[in-house]
Parts: sequence; C-alpha cells; structure tokens
Amino acid sequence: MSDPRLALAVFCAAMLVALPLRAMEVKAAVLRIDRVVGPPISRLDAPPADLGFAGAMLGNEDNRTTGAFTDTDYTLRTQAVAPDKAAAALDTLKAEGFGLITVIAEGDILKALSDRAGAEVLLLNAGARDETLRDVDCRANVLHVSPSRSMLSDSVIQFLMWKKWPRILLIRGSHPEDTLLAENYRKSAAKFGATIVEEREFVDTGGARRTDTGHVMVQKQIPVFTQDAEDYDVIIAADEAGVFAPYLPYHSWDPRPVAGSAGLRPVSWHAAQEAWGATQFQRRFEKLTGRGMREEDYQTWLAMRVIGEAVMQSGKTDPASVRAYALSADFELAAFKGQKLTFRPWNGQLRQPILLTDGRVTVSVSPQDGYLHQNSPLDTLGIDAPETACHVFGG
Amino acid sequence: MLRSAVALLSAVLMFAGPAEANKVFVTNERSNNVTVLDSQSWEVIATFPAGNRPRGITISPDGKELYVCASDDDTVRVFDPETYKELHTLPSGPDPELFALDPSGNPLYVANEDDNLVTVVDVKTRQVLAEIPVGVEPEGVAVSPDAKTIINTSETTNMAHFINASTYEIVHNVRVDQRPRYAEFTADGKKLYVSSEIGGTVSVIDLTASEPAIAKKIGFAVPGILPEWLQPVGVKATKDGSRVFVALGPANRVAVIDAAKDEVLDYLLVGQRVWQMAFTPDEEFLITTNGNSNDVSVIDVKEETVIRSVQVGEQPWGVVVAPN
Repeated sequence: MSDPRLALAVFCAAMLVALPLRAMEVKAAVLRIDRVVGPPISRLDAPPADLGFAGAMLGNEDNRTTGAFTDTDYTLRTQAVAPDKAAAALDTLKAEGFGLITVIAEGDILKALSDRAGAEVLLLNAGARDETLRDVDCRANVLHVSPSRSMLSDSVIQFLMWKKWPRILLIRGSHPEDTLLAENYRKSAAKFGATIVEEREFVDTGGARRTDTGHVMVQKQIPVFTQDAEDYDVIIAADEAGVFAPYLPYHSWDPRPVAGSAGLRPVSWHAAQEAWGATQFQRRFEKLTGRGMREEDYQTWLAMRVIGEAVMQSGKTDPASVRAYALSADFELAAFKGQKLTFRPWNGQLRQPILLTDGRVTVSVSPQDGYLHQNSPLDTLGIDAPETACHVFGG
Repeated sequence: MLRSAVALLSAVLMFAGPAEANKVFVTNERSNNVTVLDSQSWEVIATFPAGNRPRGITISPDGKELYVCASDDDTVRVFDPETYKELHTLPSGPDPELFALDPSGNPLYVANEDDNLVTVVDVKTRQVLAEIPVGVEPEGVAVSPDAKTIINTSETTNMAHFINASTYEIVHNVRVDQRPRYAEFTADGKKLYVSSEIGGTVSVIDLTASEPAIAKKIGFAVPGILPEWLQPVGVKATKDGSRVFVALGPANRVAVIDAAKDEVLDYLLVGQRVWQMAFTPDEEFLITTNGNSNDVSVIDVKEETVIRSVQVGEQPWGVVVAPN
C-alpha cells in the first residue's frame, strides 16, 4: 500500500472528480542541438538563429487558435544547446513537465537522447535523416517527421527514371554522412532500375570555404575532376557535409544535369512551394518571422501539428496517448502536400511526398506517377515494412 | 428595327421554350478573366478581364451585381452582369478566395485565409461591418436558408464554425476531417454538408437537434482511382432535397448522392481537377469547373449524365449562374 504510484493515481483520480471541467494543457518543447560548423558554401544557406524554432512557433500558433475552440492551451519552449549539454537540457525539460519534445539533432545524439528520455517521453525527430534510426536502431519513443535519406534518394531516382535518365555518375564526399547518402543512392538505383555507371569520391582536404576569387579555382578543378567518365545521363552528388556539390552544375566536363545535394534537390519543403494552398501557409510564416520557410521549420511545424491533431482528436494530452493516436489508423494530417500524411505504424516514420526543387521553383513532386504500392504510393519512398529491421513498434 | 424584331422573336422563343437562357459566369484563375456562357446554346458569349487570380464568384439575387474574389488584388471586384464593366470594389482583407451572400443580397461574408477571419462586408455602403475570428485558414462560407447562421470551414483547424449572424459570435464548432473546403445547406435547413478535401469525406451534419452533430461521413471509392485522389471540394444540393452532387477534384468525377440516405449512387466523369459547381435556376443543369482541362462540364441533373463540355479560359475555378 506504500506504492507511491498507486497513491498518485488515487490523488489524480480525486483531482479529476474535483475539477471535471478543467481545460486541457499541452506543453511542447523544441530542443535543437547545435554543433559548431563552418560557413556553408553559399552564404544564402547560412542558418538563421531561429531555424526550426520559427516553424514550431507557427505550428503552436495554429494549435492555439484551434485550442481556443476546444478549451485546450498549448505552450511551447524552444532551446538550443551544444552537444555536450544535450542530455542535461533533456533532463531539465523532463523535470519541468515537458513530455512532448521535438528534437533537431544529428543521428547519434538523437539516439542517445531517446535512450535517456524513457518511455514516458515522446520525441519527435525533426532533423536526423539516418536510416538506422528508423531501422535497426529505431526506438519506440521516437516518431520521425523528417524524411529519411532513402525517402529522399528514392524520390530523386523515381524522377530520373520518369525522365529516362537512368545512367548515373555518382560523386560522393569523404565524410561518413556522405558515405551513408551514397549508399542510399546505390540502393535506390537498384530498386528502380537505374545504373550507377561510375562512382567518384571528392575528398574534403579541409581549408577555408570562403576565399576571394574561389570560383576561378572551381572552374579549373571541377571539369578535370569529372573528365573521362563512362557515358552517363546525370550526375548525382552525395554531399551531405556541404563541401563541393554546389560547384558541380555548369562545371562538369560533359554537359549533364546535376541532382542530389545540388541542382535538383529532394527536400521536405522550400520557400517557393505554392501548390495545394501552400501560399497562405508561406505567408503566415513570413509574417511571423520575416524570412522564408526552411526544411527544419516545416518539420517542426509538422511536429507541432501532429501533436495538435492527436490531442484534438483523442482528447488526451499525455505522450503515450499522443503517440498511440498518431500511430493509429485514424490519424491523418493535411500539410500542404496534396494528400494526407500518416505514420508508418511499424517504425514511426511520417509518410510524405518529397519536393524536388532547383532552389527557385518546385520542379516535380515524388512519388512519380506510375509508382504504385498495395498500401500507399507514398510507401514507394524509403524502407518498406517487409524489409524493416525495426520491431519495437510491434511490427 | 432588325434588332427589335430579333429581340421580339427571342422573347417569344423564350416564352415557348422549356427553360430560360441564363448567363453562366466562370472565373478563370490563370487567365485572369471571366468567361460568359449561354445556358441554352452553351456558346461562349463574352470574356472580360476580372483582376488578378479571380476565384470565388457570386451574383446578387436581383442579378444586378456580380461579385468576384480577385485573390491577388486582395479585393472583391463588382461587375455589371450586362455590360461587364467594373462598377466598384469591396474591402475584403487579403487574398479573398470564397464568400457567401446573405439570401437578401446583403451583407457579404468573406473568408480571409491569411488572418483567420471572416469579414462581413456591407455591399451597399462598401464598409466592413465586422471581422469574426475563426480557425486557421478559413475557406468555405455558407449562409443558412433562414439567414440566421453563417458557416465557415477552417482548413487547418479542421472545423465547421457556426456563427450567429446577428451577434457575429461563434455558437458551435463541429470537428470534421482534414482540410474542409466547402459547406452547403439543404434547402430546408435541416442538414449541412461539409467536404474535407484531404480527409476524402463529406460530413453530413444534422441540424434538427439543439446542437449540430455529425450524422454520417460519406466516403468515396472509384475503381481504378487511387483513394488519395478522391478529394471532395464543391458540394451542391438540389432544392427538392433528393440529390447532392460532390466535385471530387483530381479524381475527375462528380459523385451523385441520394440525399435521403446520404449514399453515393453514381460517379459522373467530368473534366480534370473538378473544383466548384453551380445549378441553373431551374436546376435543369449543373455546371462544373475543370481546372486542369480548361473547360466546364454540363450535367443534366434529371438524367444524371454529362451532356457536354465547353472550353473556357485557363484554369477555371468558380462558377455562378444569373437568376431568372
């Protein structure tokens, strides 16, 4: 009888009886883990200070507007810390009663946080794209709103096959994440019948990325680097570290288009997207922040909306109920991509169309026409149920 | 002399004919104009510029004023349906898309997606009477037959808001499926149909009890069409309460619903990305706008068949038919 959990349960039950009309309260947090990195190749890509936070703020506003009609109050905490402070930040959020935590971090950090968080917390991954986090290293307390690397690589290869450009020169960077991305492009090519005719590695030799008249060197180096390749239709750059890909377009030895990390890029979102009612969504974001919406912002907006929908539809605010509703067949989310988004119940990945952009307009949206699946065409992107090594979701 | 003879002959013919010819006005979102069709000959009789990105369109009960949401101009443009000249504009708030006119012809209720507001505009004084805070991205607007209730659907909040038309206060909120686009009352005011584009359903809301409640959700299934593309948008109910027609967007079909049972009877193949619809005043025909095939389809309501399609401008969006 001295079980404190039982005592707490009795106390809670008493509270519920005493205050039956109390408004629901939802406390959500965004935790961003910032690693120190050098400036990007293009200064247009420099991350704004509120990267990811702004998207969550818009999502929280949307939830609050809806919450006003359902007597539900939403609060949002945003926090950016260095990798060595990540665990402490998570502990503090937990201690302060934040059980719904959206994380923007690299894969290894997210994995460590999910193991630390415990089953009473629900993490929403709005950053890491690692395949293993959705596969062998999947965790029951993590839902992934950001697309995986294989969803992105599949979306590019589907488009190239639709274009009948099946011969690929794959150029990968020398960082571990580039190796993983290149591996996904190889798998996607095999999946959809494209051929990687040749693979080259662009070694990051370090040094400053920002030099005066750097383009003179680029114009000399890249043609030589891409010379004498087997016949190919398109270059795919696997450069997640952001070292060289933007230098490839116009500089390759052969006049060929570039896709992947430069040229035609697969993204969860970009600021020019206007179809499916997105214009109003972009304008609401721009009014709130004074800048265009980035992928991280869309992903945190998605995370907030997943929480908002699950709370509104289920009438419950605890992480376990939010998770259960999100993974149920009843969950669906309209998110300006022309069809409803749902979760893969066997690994917690949000199904979503992927935009292919040249940086200025939406060139295409994958899945491409004709790629069919017995469940949903969206399941032609990324790992599918029969091949998964994730079993903690009961799959 | 000749003209008056023709006019006289026409008048005689009209008198003798089975139905009157009415003007059908179609907004073309991309070509920035309105196409005018004749509802007897189905010929294009005029095309006139209507501002930037014309979408929602309606006409006053007396047929004297045509209202067009010029979305990219952030205004409602008012045209003379005879001369096609612009008479004036109405304040609408940014990016007006859909609106509804009070059955008496005044005021106009406009959904403002950017500001989460429904704006009430007096069409005579051209003043804003009220701004009603609603859910995120208000879209569809409807006025009950007794003019006492305004409905607004909010696309991201996923609710139908019931607004008291005299106090402008929200009195009920009904949760519907994702991205509600359009609301349509039955003529007797006993039911409300709300289409959810992304949810893929039409919610039937019963209004006969003290609180509105969802009585049924109508789903759709067409062999050979992916369920994702069955996206209900426009909804129209016949006055006799027997049929409801639902435009299914990229499925290129209009669903015919038995309104007594709220069950789908048939799917009619129309043009591509069917969006909004309008009846002729006698409900002999239903006209659908097909945004991706740049045409309108004409449905014979009694026969429940598509009788023809007519090429209009680029990306037709909204449609309204002049009253008799």
